[in-house]
Amino acid sequence: MMKDHARLMQAFSAVDEIVGRKKLQKIIFIAKKHEYAFQEKYQFHFFGPYSEELTLRVEELCNMGFLKEFNEKKSGYYQYRYEVTNEGRDFLASQNEEPGSGLAPFLTELNQQSSRFLELVSTILYFDSFERAECIEKVKKVKEKQNYTEEEIQEALAYIAHLKDFS
Amino acid sequence: MSYALQKLAEEKVFKDPVHRYIHVRDQVVWDLIGTREFQRLRRIRQLGTTYLTFHGAEHSRFNHSLGVYEIIRRIVDDVFASRPEWDHSERLLCLCAALLHDLGHGPFSHSFEKVFDLDHEDFTQKIILGETEVNQILSKVAPEFPQKVADVIAKTYENKQVISLISSQIDADRMDYLQRDAYFTGVSYGHFDMERILRVLRPLGDQVVIKSSGMHAVEDYIMSRYQMYWQVYFHPVTRSSEVILTKILHRAKELSSQGYQFAYEPRHFKSMFTGDVTLQDYLNLDESVVTYYFQMWEDEKDPILRDLCDRFMQRRLFKYVEFDPSKEYKKLNQLEQLFEEADLNPDYYLVVDSSSDLPYDFYRPGEEEERVPIHLLMPGGELKELSRHSEIVDAISGKRRTDHKLYYPKDYLMDDSTHKETKQKILEILGVTAR
Repeated sequence: MMKDHARLMQAFSAVDEIVGRKKLQKIIFIAKKHEYAFQEKYQFHFFGPYSEELTLRVEELCNMGFLKEFNEKKSGYYQYRYEVTNEGRDFLASQNEEPGSGLAPFLTELNQQSSRFLELVSTILYFDSFERAECIEKVKKVKEKQNYTEEEIQEALAYIAHLKDFS
Repeated sequence: MSYALQKLAEEKVFKDPVHRYIHVRDQVVWDLIGTREFQRLRRIRQLGTTYLTFHGAEHSRFNHSLGVYEIIRRIVDDVFASRPEWDHSERLLCLCAALLHDLGHGPFSHSFEKVFDLDHEDFTQKIILGETEVNQILSKVAPEFPQKVADVIAKTYENKQVISLISSQIDADRMDYLQRDAYFTGVSYGHFDMERILRVLRPLGDQVVIKSSGMHAVEDYIMSRYQMYWQVYFHPVTRSSEVILTKILHRAKELSSQGYQFAYEPRHFKSMFTGDVTLQDYLNLDESVVTYYFQMWEDEKDPILRDLCDRFMQRRLFKYVEFDPSKEYKKLNQLEQLFEEADLNPDYYLVVDSSSDLPYDFYRPGEEEERVPIHLLMPGGELKELSRHSEIVDAISGKRRTDHKLYYPKDYLMDDSTHKETKQKILEILGVTAR
């Protein structure tokens, strides 16, 4: 019971903190694509893969007091930061859920990247059933506004290959 | 004349309780409505098990799909007709995507998707792109047309204005289902001035925005949405029926994996159990087929499957208590033990249901680029996010929106002919008084 909440708590406790809701969305999507057992359902949205279920579940974890959400004002916008609380650690300890093998280093690696870069990586992964050239063309079309350079796209492709080492 | 431009000799109309009439002039749209895949939607209820709470909620995905089509038809034929920012060549694409947007929904799709790891959006794509009557018709428009329709529904089409009309935080889908669900459930919420909203919609850049003078109509829409979520979509009795439905499917799947011999062979479910569902398997299932199996399974020898099916069919639902996971999660382990002592399998008879388990969402102001918010077009031409300008929307957006309930079979626990002391202990922990 509450397994899905426990799995997310494992993700948060695997890293010190996650800064940014967009980054959180993309991290969990990429982890899910690498067979980590997150259950949140994703759809494609304007800013790439997005899960309403994840948003709501994180809101629940904050309301339960297992996660602390900090709202920080940046230039022109607000950014959210998440940390696990002591109550959250107790909850996690009470659950018989084992984190997937290698989850912590995998998430730590993703957490070091910018949300813009993760948006690109997750969008490429969203279209990974396409042929490579078709996939890139699609990404350029749906992400026209973000203006990703050819260099960034190549970097993202290399990064996706690099992520396979973790899983 | 090309098939895309062909019109019916005479306009066809469907009488509709929400929009009064659904108007069809395009041959393509008329042909799509007649396909077997679209007609199947008549046998899929729009609100799943909600009819067990609100007896009027028997309306189907067919009704709703026609309603979404009608709203889009009015927007592209009337409201956007004179707007230079709108690409008029997208008209037929919008109409088809609106009509077909829910095509992949299966029976009781929320529970089915959870248990069998399916995704109705994947099946929508497969129906549009696969060997189906719908695909044959769309392909007659142009070879690439089915893919375009599929892309709009998947929200990956390059013209974001088109996506925004069909799927955004104020879209034709929501405008139809809020009104339709309110009508059929009989609640007094869910009503808003759609005529006014349609009149103030403006295509602009990547999205469809609202002229600021229409803000109050949009406030009303957001308020309706908020009230419908709490009064209808999150209704605790409906959630109980969904819990039981999910557990039936889990049980049948588990029994199948253990090689259990069903007295009545679940032929339609076989590929669901093994995880290799073909498009045809999927299309063969509808809610009549599923409830037929449930009725058959009321006579199965497995006591859990039999009991759960009986509960669903006879509406003997689980009761619930409010559950605060932050304070009470520790007592779940204790309850699980006691349930086993009382001969109740806690995997099937003790269920925490959270608001995040439900397939509905609230308005989100799009902080940190999560979702595109509703934008107001101000008189000077600048765009303002709705909740920054409307105190009402701001108040709702910031409200605590999570909820957890613990479901259990009260009737069984109140029967003290067996395990009297254990059951008494369970009821005490649940805070339920014997009545």
